[in-house]
Amino acid sequence: MSIATATVDTTGPETGARSEDYLWTLNFGPQHPATHTTLRLVLKLDGERVVDAMPEMGYLHSGFEKIGEHLTFNQYVTVTDRMNYISPMANNVAWHHAVETLLGIELTPRCTYIRTIIAELARISDHLLCNGAVGLDTGAFTFFLYGFYQREVIYDIFETLCGARFTNSYTRVGGLSQDFTPLVIEKIRTFLKTFPKTLDDMERLLTRNRIFVDRTKGVGVLSKAEAIAGSATGPVARASGVTRDLRKDEPYLAYADLDFNVCCATTGDCYARYLVRMQEMRESLKLVTQALENLPAGDINVGIDQRIARPTKEQVYSTIEGTISHFELSMANRGFEVPHEESYAAIEAPNGELGFYVVGDGNETAYRARCRPPSVLHFALFPQLIRGHTLSDVVAVLGSLNIIAAELDR
Amino acid sequence: MPTPPPSVDDVLSGLRGRCGEFDTSTFRGQTRVVLPEPVAFEGLAWLKDQGFDLLVDVTCVDYLDYPGATHRYGLVYLLASTATNQRLTVRVFVDDPDPTVTSVVPLWAGANWLEREVWDLFGIRSVGHPDPRRLVMPEEFTAHPLRKDYPLQGRGERHNFPVITRDHS
Amino acid sequence: MAVMPSGAGGRIELPENVVVSRLDALANWCRKNSLWPMPFATACCGIELMATGASKHDLARFGAEVFRFSPRQCDLMIVAGRVVMKMLPVLQRIWQQMHEPKWCISMGACASTGGVFDTYAVVQGIDRFIPVDMYVPGCPPRPEQLIQAIIDLQDKIQREGTITGREFDTAGRQLRKRALVEVGGPGVIDASRNPVLQRELAAAAEGIPVRS
Repeated sequence: MSIATATVDTTGPETGARSEDYLWTLNFGPQHPATHTTLRLVLKLDGERVVDAMPEMGYLHSGFEKIGEHLTFNQYVTVTDRMNYISPMANNVAWHHAVETLLGIELTPRCTYIRTIIAELARISDHLLCNGAVGLDTGAFTFFLYGFYQREVIYDIFETLCGARFTNSYTRVGGLSQDFTPLVIEKIRTFLKTFPKTLDDMERLLTRNRIFVDRTKGVGVLSKAEAIAGSATGPVARASGVTRDLRKDEPYLAYADLDFNVCCATTGDCYARYLVRMQEMRESLKLVTQALENLPAGDINVGIDQRIARPTKEQVYSTIEGTISHFELSMANRGFEVPHEESYAAIEAPNGELGFYVVGDGNETAYRARCRPPSVLHFALFPQLIRGHTLSDVVAVLGSLNIIAAELDR
Repeated sequence: MPTPPPSVDDVLSGLRGRCGEFDTSTFRGQTRVVLPEPVAFEGLAWLKDQGFDLLVDVTCVDYLDYPGATHRYGLVYLLASTATNQRLTVRVFVDDPDPTVTSVVPLWAGANWLEREVWDLFGIRSVGHPDPRRLVMPEEFTAHPLRKDYPLQGRGERHNFPVITRDHS
Repeated sequence: MAVMPSGAGGRIELPENVVVSRLDALANWCRKNSLWPMPFATACCGIELMATGASKHDLARFGAEVFRFSPRQCDLMIVAGRVVMKMLPVLQRIWQQMHEPKWCISMGACASTGGVFDTYAVVQGIDRFIPVDMYVPGCPPRPEQLIQAIIDLQDKIQREGTITGREFDTAGRQLRKRALVEVGGPGVIDASRNPVLQRELAAAAEGIPVRS
């Protein structure tokens, strides 16, 4: 009763007890279902109210950037899969976008469209899991199952495309590992037809659900100024009124040709982040539909004369250029030319600006492969979002920031 | 009709007025500026006032065995403007034995964890940082693993744990 | 009517509805069909673990769906994903908090061997530091593979289990995995800042073999 709600008078006269004496410390994580794998928080609580939070990370630090200095540009894509395992396709695209920026490679139109499609499918699967997890943490289990079922459909598309459910390693420098087959296109079309209905169902389940709205509205408010100062990007920043979206602001791949809206909100609370993600899924559907209908014909890889992408079997066996190119790319120390330069390139990944700062030293291996992880900057914002709220809001705020531990710690 | 944003050249000439002469280069449309360490903070603060309000990333490169490198560590500050979408890369070079830079946390709160990561993985101290602890490695770890003279497999730290067998548990 | 041989060579008549079995077999049958997993999910494999429990694959069909996040309630730890230096003490602590009888599944290449992450921070196989009963290959394993591992573990429990837990008494036959690096080597670890290592060193000084 009164014990739990005892307020701390920090300004009152000296009573012999310091204000900290009333506070108790709660260790939250790193092994807790609502921390979404391995985050850790040390919370300072006044009764049920969170006075302060100290996030701790590193419980999944596996040396991604160090591995990047030992694997070639094509090999490292397998490791980026395991970085943000909610949407690996977006990581594949981001990594090779950065490498191609460093090498100065112009992709074929078909490749840019296919990469756009898979990046948007990755965005849908990310937002399904993220919003599903917010629902799960606030008590809406059905919503999560609806979302996860559609994720299985996207897994199925990716499996048909490249054989792996979600560690795809689909892109290559200058192209892709495999072209779209008619079966893949048919599966994406079926998904485009059936998914809007599920999305409607999901919105009906949660968007106006009184319990959910009460638990998320006005919780974890991030102002626009705080979002910019804290380097927030992606849906977290857009829910706070920052209109930055690299797909519009620095159009890469095929985004310049396609028609879509940037989804923004101004309140900056958990509910706004949920709404932005729901709406972004609809925009992604629009993008996938347009890109699929306008999918250009042609090659997926850059020409064999550039000696970047591996030639097809047919080219190797029937043309001399193909044979030479295959030989050059296969031999040690005979890979493609890399400038002694460094460059940064980023894409709008599902949870923010995912960029790579790649330093080339003439080898096929990056001298330094720095990943700019959106999760780190979002997790650093957590203490200021949670101060003053209750313990049960911790999971709602944490879920709505969409922090992926492997990308956080790398 | 809003006024057109200042071009990168205008910004750079303004920056020269504040920080003296420095090297610039352009690669794939990205403009890089190399600021000397003593004036780096002042320059970054001025750039922030000029509209580069978003600190995209702070990271570091160890140029130990990089061909033609003149300094050991190169810090990278990636700036962007949310209003005009311009980008600018600021490089600051520091050297052993005591590589330090001035913390930019007073300018951008988001630099807090990024600078802790640079300290953790490269061992470059940020002077004036409010919370100078390691970020990802355990506190008892002594090395800075992303330095080039640190091996990929480490020096055996990953084996230093007690073994629990069926009898112990 | 069931009959069974008695020690004297005669035959004992059993009444209706009576089945005779070994007590071990009965206990194993109960144990294997009510596994409560403790999902120690750290990375990508955790997503497949979620998929295994979610709508399409439905782990409930195999009597192991009651995921409990408190180690006190669980008897099967599924380590899904890589375990790194900072996480291993947590893993060991949670393993010790679980009640006997308990089993451990190492799910995926990273938990079993370190996988592609042969780096300074990643533990190269959790079986060096805690006992593991079942390994699931794959990076990440498909849900079907995890389900197969659980079925295999159920077989193992039925086959080897004893009501007194004799099968866990492995002191004599357990092999050491690999030589460990000495504590306090040159510049490796500052042992004075790690309470676990401090305890170890103190125990070693008193001649107590903590790690034989």
